[in-house]
Amino acid sequence: MNAPSARSTLRASGLQCVRGDRRVFDGVAFELSNGGLLWVSGPNGSGKTSLLRIVCGLLQPAAGGIEWNGRGIRDLGEEYNQHIAYVGHLNAVKEELKVGENLRFGARLAGVEATDEAIRATLQEFAIHGLEDLPCRFLSQGQKRRLALARMRLSGTRTVWVLDEPFAALDVAGVEAVKLVIEEHLGRGGLAVLTTHQEVAIAAPSVQRIELKK
Amino acid sequence: MFSALRCVVARDLLVVMRNKSDAANTLFFFAVVVSLFPLGIGPETALLRAIAPGVVWVAALLASMLALARMFAADFTDGTLEQMVLAPQPLGVLVAGKVFAHWLVSGFPLVLMAPLLGLQFGLEGDAVLMLVVSLLLGTPVLSLLGAVAAALTLGLRASGVLVPLIVLPLCVPVLIFGAGAVDAVASGLAAGPHLSLLAAYLLPSVVFGPWVASIAIRIALE
Repeated sequence: MNAPSARSTLRASGLQCVRGDRRVFDGVAFELSNGGLLWVSGPNGSGKTSLLRIVCGLLQPAAGGIEWNGRGIRDLGEEYNQHIAYVGHLNAVKEELKVGENLRFGARLAGVEATDEAIRATLQEFAIHGLEDLPCRFLSQGQKRRLALARMRLSGTRTVWVLDEPFAALDVAGVEAVKLVIEEHLGRGGLAVLTTHQEVAIAAPSVQRIELKK
Repeated sequence: MFSALRCVVARDLLVVMRNKSDAANTLFFFAVVVSLFPLGIGPETALLRAIAPGVVWVAALLASMLALARMFAADFTDGTLEQMVLAPQPLGVLVAGKVFAHWLVSGFPLVLMAPLLGLQFGLEGDAVLMLVVSLLLGTPVLSLLGAVAAALTLGLRASGVLVPLIVLPLCVPVLIFGAGAVDAVASGLAAGPHLSLLAAYLLPSVVFGPWVASIAIRIALE
C-alpha cells in the first residue's frame, strides 16, 4: 500500500450545519495536515455524524466550506473522492454476498483492484480470516464492523480516513487492531477524522480535538 | 470508469442470484396476469388478437412496477449507496450500472417471455416478433424512468405507492407506441413510425435518467 501523497491539508472554516429548523453547530473550523488526527466529541445529537458527512462531502454545510489543498471540495467533486475513505454508521456490507466478495466489490468500487493475497492479509489483520466464503448475513455486528473497516484498509491509497464510531460493536482485541491500523495510517502521513465515545489512546504526530455542544 | 460500471452490474446480478424469488415475482406476475385474459374472455380469436398488444404491454408495465421501488432501497439502508456516492467515478455511471442490472433481471425476462404469451392470444408470427422488438425498446425506458422515481422516493414510507404514481403517467407514450407498433403489424401496416417514437423516448431516458437519479440520490442522502 503506497504512502499518501506528499503535502496535503484539509481545512474547514466557519462550518454551520442546520438540520430541519435546528442549528446543530456553527463556526466549526479546523486544519489538518499530514499525520494529523482530529477527534470529534460531544453528546448524542450534537452533530458529530453531520460534521463527518460534511467533511466527506455527503452533506452540504449551511455555511462555510471544506478545502482540500486549497481548493473547495465542491469544485473538486469526484477528484476529492479519490482521497477520502469513509466508514459511517452503516457498514455497507451486502448480506447476500460472501465476506471475500464484499471486500472485493467494495475495493473495486473505490477504484482499487484487490488481489486474493491482499484480501487474505487484510482479513487476517482484522481477525476475520477463514470466513471468506461465509455469506455476510451470518456475521455478527462486530464482525460486520470489522469487515467495513477492512474494506477501508484495502483502499489504502486514500489519504483522509473519516471514521464514524469505528470502535462501536468491537471487542477489546478489535479495538486494538483498529487502533494499530489508524496509527500506521497516520504514521505514513495520512489524515484521520473520527468520532468515538470510547477513550482510545491513539498515538499520532499531531492530535486536535473538537468538542461539539448540544 | 468501465471497471466500476462492470463491478456494479456484477455485484447486483450476484445479489439477485442469491435472492432469486425477487426476480421471479416480476416474471410470475407478468405471466399470470397476461394468461388470465384469455381465460376470462373465452376463445374468441378475433377479440383476443385485437386486445393482445394492449394486454401484454399493460401487464409488462405493471409487472415492472413491482420491482422498481426496490431498486435502491437495499443499498440505501445498508450504506452501499453512501459508498457509491463517495466512489471516485461519476455517480451517474454507477447508477447506470444499477439500472442496467435491474433491467436485465426485471425487464429483459419479460421480453423473452412475451412470445410465449403472445401465442395464447393467437398472434401471428410477425406480430409476435414486433411485440418482442417493441418491448425490447420500451422496457429499458420503464427501468430508467423508474430509477428516477425510486431515487426520488428513497427513504419515504409510501415509496411503494409513489413510484407507480410517478412512473405510470410518464410511461403512457411508451404504452401507446409499444402496443401501437404491434397493432400496426397485426393489421398489415408499417410499424416504423411507432418504433422510431419509442426509440426517441428511449434515447433521452438513457442520457438523462441515470444523471437525474444520481442527483436525487445525493439529495436523499443529505
